[in-house]
Amino acid sequence: MKTLLVAEYRNGKLLNSSYELIAFAEKLGAESAMFLVGTESSLPAYNGTLYLADAGKYGEFNPAVHKQLLLDVIAKEQPDMVVFAHSSYGWDLAPRISLALNAAHVSEVIDIVDGVPVTPACNSKLRRDVKSKTAQMVLTLQGGAFGLEVEPSGTPSVVQVDTDAAAQVEFCGYEEAEAGGVDLSKAEVIVSAGRGIGKPENLSIIEALAKALKGEYGASRPVVDSEWADHSRQVGTTGQTVSPKLYVACGISGAIQHLAGMKKSEFVVAINTDKDAPIGEVADVLIVADLKEFVPALTAKIQAL
Amino acid sequence: MKILVCIKQVPDMESKFKLNGEGTWYDNSDLAWRMNEYDEYAVEQAVQLKEQVADSDVTVLSIGPDRVKEMMKKALAMGCDRGVHIVDDDFFKKDPYEIASIIAEFGKGKEFDLIFTGMQSQDRGSGQVGVLVAEMLGLPSITTIVDFAFDAGQITAKRELEGGIKAIIKTTVPALVTCQLGLNTPRYPTLPNIMKAKKKELLSIPVSELLKVEGKQETAKMYFPEKKGGGLILEGEVGDLTDQLIKMLKDKTAVLA
Repeated sequence: MKTLLVAEYRNGKLLNSSYELIAFAEKLGAESAMFLVGTESSLPAYNGTLYLADAGKYGEFNPAVHKQLLLDVIAKEQPDMVVFAHSSYGWDLAPRISLALNAAHVSEVIDIVDGVPVTPACNSKLRRDVKSKTAQMVLTLQGGAFGLEVEPSGTPSVVQVDTDAAAQVEFCGYEEAEAGGVDLSKAEVIVSAGRGIGKPENLSIIEALAKALKGEYGASRPVVDSEWADHSRQVGTTGQTVSPKLYVACGISGAIQHLAGMKKSEFVVAINTDKDAPIGEVADVLIVADLKEFVPALTAKIQAL
Repeated sequence: MKILVCIKQVPDMESKFKLNGEGTWYDNSDLAWRMNEYDEYAVEQAVQLKEQVADSDVTVLSIGPDRVKEMMKKALAMGCDRGVHIVDDDFFKKDPYEIASIIAEFGKGKEFDLIFTGMQSQDRGSGQVGVLVAEMLGLPSITTIVDFAFDAGQITAKRELEGGIKAIIKTTVPALVTCQLGLNTPRYPTLPNIMKAKKKELLSIPVSELLKVEGKQETAKMYFPEKKGGGLILEGEVGDLTDQLIKMLKDKTAVLA
């Protein structure tokens, strides 16, 4: 079994997700080679062949050009599996590759059992085993689903790759996330508001509990998108990653992106009317109740202690 | 401008799911259906673009059984001009490649300037269909957009990356974009617009007219994950539950010390 791992590079750095691809290949017991649009100074600790295209020349984000560079390497390596991270880079580039290869493409793989990829469905409430009908397969791996057991080590043997493919879009730089605002990563207690609060006025219920517990309040993505809370309060892959002693998730269903931001919390309490909510996967206790009733009652009792 | 927006009907994610007889999908009965959340942002952006550029027309397309027409009427009420329902009771068995090729076959020769899709569906979440449609039609595509601006043929979009960083990307039409949550604020259809929507054209096309390829993958099995959490589930009266939780917090954390 031969895999070709598509590593990622951004803002001058190799992304750690690249090591999750190596862990995947190792779990499969497969041979691997790597592809990266990056630079000589950002090579992974990896003992294999690394096909390197210069990010300075081709750009960090340039799908049509990255696609051609990668297709040329695939033609040479003939891998059985082309593996990407299920990231903003991977889910964008991978379908372009799978179409060109006429290969089955399985997204957001969380496990592989006897060669059969497993993916989540319906907000992770379900699982799906997927069977490919093509010999070659393209996969994107869910962030954090595969991890190296040991520190990565090694030095790749680098093969330079080039192309004269034309760009279809123009990358005009990055816009950093707004600085300032609260640093939730330092909070010992976080009480977070999810869509279940129902309306912006109810955020005060969450803030009151956070205050009673001497902590900070956070929010899930829908609450921030609706502008009920500032983006600096957002917990998740596109917000802050936190690991407080206590995390109280109020009316938060537990989308993967949210869990990724808080699952390292020491003790997790979830308050939700849906006892099957995926937040249950990481909660130490899930209280089946309406937060609008439960949280004020809890706050009052804590204040009376 | 000729605009196409592709939407999918999905079950409400708070639903209690059951498996279908074959164990290969969730049972379609007894579910509340809604427009895929990502697609709501796509419809809103398509309608905003139409309002911005004179002489624009928005076609909304969906693949599925008869019940998707309900959802399509909502898109028409939000401001799409016409609908195309590709009739297919078995759409959930088709892989992203088949779905994209149906849409691309419809789009061939129609010269859409812009195609909007959601970046992924809430049920399967492959996130592939938008990009595949663009590649099949030879269009540039920008995925996961949280900001969209259009001026004299040029799109300036912002892609959302991990950690909250955004990447600014430009391209010219014709093109396709896939929409991320928070791109805009989808409007609620007003009653007058709901009434107007009833008179808008809603064409039905049997899927057999547009499906010319075979799928490359299939669902071997769909199932519930083992609950590994090991967490406690507490139900009951709020008064009792608050007492129980306070006891747990005292026993298991130093928070109430």
